[in-house]
Amino acid sequence: MKLTKRLVLGVATAASIAMGVSAARADLVFATDAAPYPPFTSQNAAGEWEGWEYELLQALCAEMNEKCTLIPIAWDGIIPALLEKKMDGIFGSMSITDERKKQINFTSVYYNSAAVLIGPKGGDKNIAPDALKGKTIGAQASTTHANYVEKYFVAAGATLKTYKGQDEANADLAAGRVDYVQADGVTLNSFLQSDDGKACCELYGAVPLDVEVLGPGVGAAIRKEDTALLEKINGAIKSYAAKGGFEELAKKHGLSGLLILPPNI
Amino acid sequence: MDFSWLPKYLPLLFSGLSITLQLLLITMVLGFLLAVPLGLVQVTGPRWLASLARGYCTIMRGTPLLIQLYLFYYGLGSIFQGFPELRQSFLWPVLREGYYYVVVAFVLNEAGYAGEIFRGGFLSVPKGELEAARAYGMSPWKVLSRVWLPRAVRNVMPALGVETIQILKSTPAAALVTVVDLFGVADRVRQETYIIYPPLIVLMIVYLVLVFIITRIFSRIEAQVPSKR
Repeated sequence: MKLTKRLVLGVATAASIAMGVSAARADLVFATDAAPYPPFTSQNAAGEWEGWEYELLQALCAEMNEKCTLIPIAWDGIIPALLEKKMDGIFGSMSITDERKKQINFTSVYYNSAAVLIGPKGGDKNIAPDALKGKTIGAQASTTHANYVEKYFVAAGATLKTYKGQDEANADLAAGRVDYVQADGVTLNSFLQSDDGKACCELYGAVPLDVEVLGPGVGAAIRKEDTALLEKINGAIKSYAAKGGFEELAKKHGLSGLLILPPNI
Repeated sequence: MDFSWLPKYLPLLFSGLSITLQLLLITMVLGFLLAVPLGLVQVTGPRWLASLARGYCTIMRGTPLLIQLYLFYYGLGSIFQGFPELRQSFLWPVLREGYYYVVVAFVLNEAGYAGEIFRGGFLSVPKGELEAARAYGMSPWKVLSRVWLPRAVRNVMPALGVETIQILKSTPAAALVTVVDLFGVADRVRQETYIIYPPLIVLMIVYLVLVFIITRIFSRIEAQVPSKR
């Protein structure tokens, strides 16, 4: 009897340990770039994650009733790491591209950067292509923004000046050599918050989204076979968007108007 | 190798070529003209002027052209920031265009290099020839224009040919300040088509052809000047 009791107890303990392990495994692990990317994801001095995108991940996991952890992985090797099952997904501002889609699946878009124009303080805020005829617009060379300016503003009679870096384009806007600069909202916002930016320039507004030129946006990356997880995350994005959660979170991080968010995407 | 972009971008390629050739010609002519006095005063000028010219050449030759251009264009730009009224002035169409900054920076830089070449050129003319000219009663100006300069130019001609090729190969720096020269065209093709390497290979060929032509022109000129060697 005693022996049987012990045996039963032992089996029960082993089973509970095993269950505990499998319960821990059921937690989802996502990876992001090891390099900090504020205000989206970064680690503070204590090693804790913070930022808009990290809080969004936690909010989506709350929608899914899952406990999620985020781990840093070098960006170059992040897709191979996903395929080797080092984590369940990538949640780190990864743009959806056809090239990547060959290897991995993307969830529905959870944000896209708004492409915005900035210009000198106090100017006319009408940024329709026709209103910018004869004006000069700066953008970083070989970027989607340069292509956008070319497609919409140059076609309407504006001139494009391309720069090797975003800082040079901003500097020439401050100097007055270009009338506007186009880039993504978050990048330009950090310039507008700087001393130089505050002194010279302000936000003129977002240009209409053209997915063909600017790209569809950012989604979480999942292995192709994990279709159940994909649907689960998509469901969470949908229900969180229905609550207006995205906009609220963006507002909290000062990103309102700089991102295009579900359900508007 | 994908060259399907070539027909569409041919007009842009030619406009880039014309910008590159303009930069080359202006830099050559003005740079070499400035270099003559820069070289001469180092050989025969008063001490203070000689050391001034030497200092100028040292700075221009001792620092990268790319940084000179960057400082000149963006450095001045940061000063313009404080004077918005400048934007209404008649000078603004010039001050806002990168092209003019490239021209000035290239000419000043080239004058530094060629000044050094001309210094050597003036020194290489045998003293005896100059003394003979003076013995004929030529004024210092006549000695310079009839004997010293023509002889010096003859001596530096091969070096100027090399310099011209160096200038050509410096012109891609212009893309730094928004000028669409030949190299800027490759940027544009990459931006719009995501084709990266074939445009660069086309550029290499164009530059090679240009260097070949420059070499031929200079060897023609050298052949027409009889010299005992």
